[in-house]
Amino acid sequence: MSFSTKHALRLALVTTAALSMAACASRPKPGPGVGPGPGPGYPSQPGPGPSTGNVVPGSIQDFVINIGDRVYFDFDRYDIRSDASPVLDAQAQWLVRYPSVAVRIEGNADERGTREYNLALGARRANSVREYLVSRGVSPARISTVSFGKERPIDPGTSEEAYQRNRNGHTAITGGAR
Amino acid sequence: MSAPKETRPMRLKALCLAIASLLLASASLATPARAQIEIDVNKGDVQPLPIAVPAFGGTRGADISQVITGNLERSGLFAPINPAAFIEKGLDVAVQPRFPDWKAINAQALVNGQVTVEGGRLRVDFRLWDVYSEQQLLGLQFTSTPENWRRVAHKISDAVYERLTGEKGYFDTRIVFVSETGGRLNRTKTLAIMDQDGANPSYLTDGSYIVMSPRFSATSQEITYMTLRPEGSAIYLFNLETARRESIGKFPGMVYAPRFSPDGGRVAFSVERGGNSDIYVMNLKSRTSARLTSDPGIDTSASFSPDGTKIVFNSDRGGSPQLYIMNSDGSGVRRISYGSGRYTTPVWSPVGDFIAFTKQTGGEFHIGVMRPDGSDERLLTTSYLDESPTWAPNGRVLMFSRETQGGPPRLWTVDVTGRILRAAPYPGSGSDPAWSPLLN
Repeated sequence: MSFSTKHALRLALVTTAALSMAACASRPKPGPGVGPGPGPGYPSQPGPGPSTGNVVPGSIQDFVINIGDRVYFDFDRYDIRSDASPVLDAQAQWLVRYPSVAVRIEGNADERGTREYNLALGARRANSVREYLVSRGVSPARISTVSFGKERPIDPGTSEEAYQRNRNGHTAITGGAR
Repeated sequence: MSAPKETRPMRLKALCLAIASLLLASASLATPARAQIEIDVNKGDVQPLPIAVPAFGGTRGADISQVITGNLERSGLFAPINPAAFIEKGLDVAVQPRFPDWKAINAQALVNGQVTVEGGRLRVDFRLWDVYSEQQLLGLQFTSTPENWRRVAHKISDAVYERLTGEKGYFDTRIVFVSETGGRLNRTKTLAIMDQDGANPSYLTDGSYIVMSPRFSATSQEITYMTLRPEGSAIYLFNLETARRESIGKFPGMVYAPRFSPDGGRVAFSVERGGNSDIYVMNLKSRTSARLTSDPGIDTSASFSPDGTKIVFNSDRGGSPQLYIMNSDGSGVRRISYGSGRYTTPVWSPVGDFIAFTKQTGGEFHIGVMRPDGSDERLLTTSYLDESPTWAPNGRVLMFSRETQGGPPRLWTVDVTGRILRAAPYPGSGSDPAWSPLLN
């Protein structure tokens, strides 16, 4: 990914994080691990945002803030990109460290496809993430998958950056976190 | 299973339609040849036929005329004349109209009628006239319960459409679809049903989970659809008369894209396992499933041919999504789409002559049709996002969903020539429409 794309993407992340927090304020709080949640941060670059000081290690917050719960895909592709590997490596290490945690990988697609095809594409993406985590030592029994197709965008926009945001695999913790 | 509280049994009681053909002008009806006025629905550049539909006499008479007028107008094949221009008033179904009065306002066809309520039943007599040849083309009588007056109006619309176009009508039908409310990040999707003219909308689910891909059985009393929750997906059968709802069963991965076979005895659907989607078919009586495809591509959106012997589906086995046809046992797979672009959601016309599809080219989406052998491809629409075509039972009109950039999805219709494009008469946001067969 070129520098400019990365930069634009990061801007989009910040915007969306703000939007999703605003959305959370006005409606019932989603259950843990459900829904978009705050934007991902890279483990080596936590960046500005919530302080990590009082985050409980092994908690959902720890995973989302310090590890990153989402990786991104190219249009109509489901192979793990080079920029996604470090995030998934960190996810795997974290999951190996907290073996009671169970996760659900949610595959998502942008709106530039038809609904049923996008369900299938999201399933491929979720499976790619699952296989990657398994290859890094996470027990397959701890990982379920689902595809939301294009039904659960995290960015409401219609720009290429928004589409990129919405083509993702989301690792949602479904149980066992502290 | 099922959550009865969220269901509202549909009131689709037998609309007892005593169709007494009065055949007053038997001469014109006995001859198979059509009257001088006729409309070719396959010729999109046809001028809409000027037609006069004065208010029927009696209780609900004006309402019935209005529904008929709306139906005929929306078809794009008729140009209803403004009643303010009518010269002759107070027509009597037992008396010939004053044809010169109707010629004077250029009406080529005239529909008049009378409503009578007898013993709690609504009886509607109507006549269709060819103004220029001064002939009666139809004389029919419908009876029903009074609350079913709209359906009587749809039946009359169908009779008029069929008599003047030679094609079956499609007005006494319903649409099941996904009603969408809320913003793009927190959209609520509710299974909904309405008459084809947007009347009588009601909800079949409570919106607490995603619903997709509703489809009618050819018997029209049953629909199938999928639900999507974080825990996974499921395919349901839902009987509209009894409100009975049941899952077709548990599968190892996601299940989606359900479609009835034309006889209603089977459901084709996709099963995803380990990221790979294949097409299966379930016999609803024995509840046994057979796998029809087994390659590593995405195989989905199966649709049966009207005779049930073939299935069209989309697959990316060749590198990008394209349309393929196979026998309904999974044998004899061959690709039928060869144009540039991505082809998805094929839907076989209920009359068999075309397959509709969604095509993505560059930054645009189209609804298109092609012959079942892949020839004669025609794109009917273009927009930021058109998808989910569904055929009216006569195979001459398609409904689909359209999204403008950043806007909510809306339901639209287009005729098979692509020239008659309209927003469907549903004011809300909706997607994934499915057209019922003609009601009984």
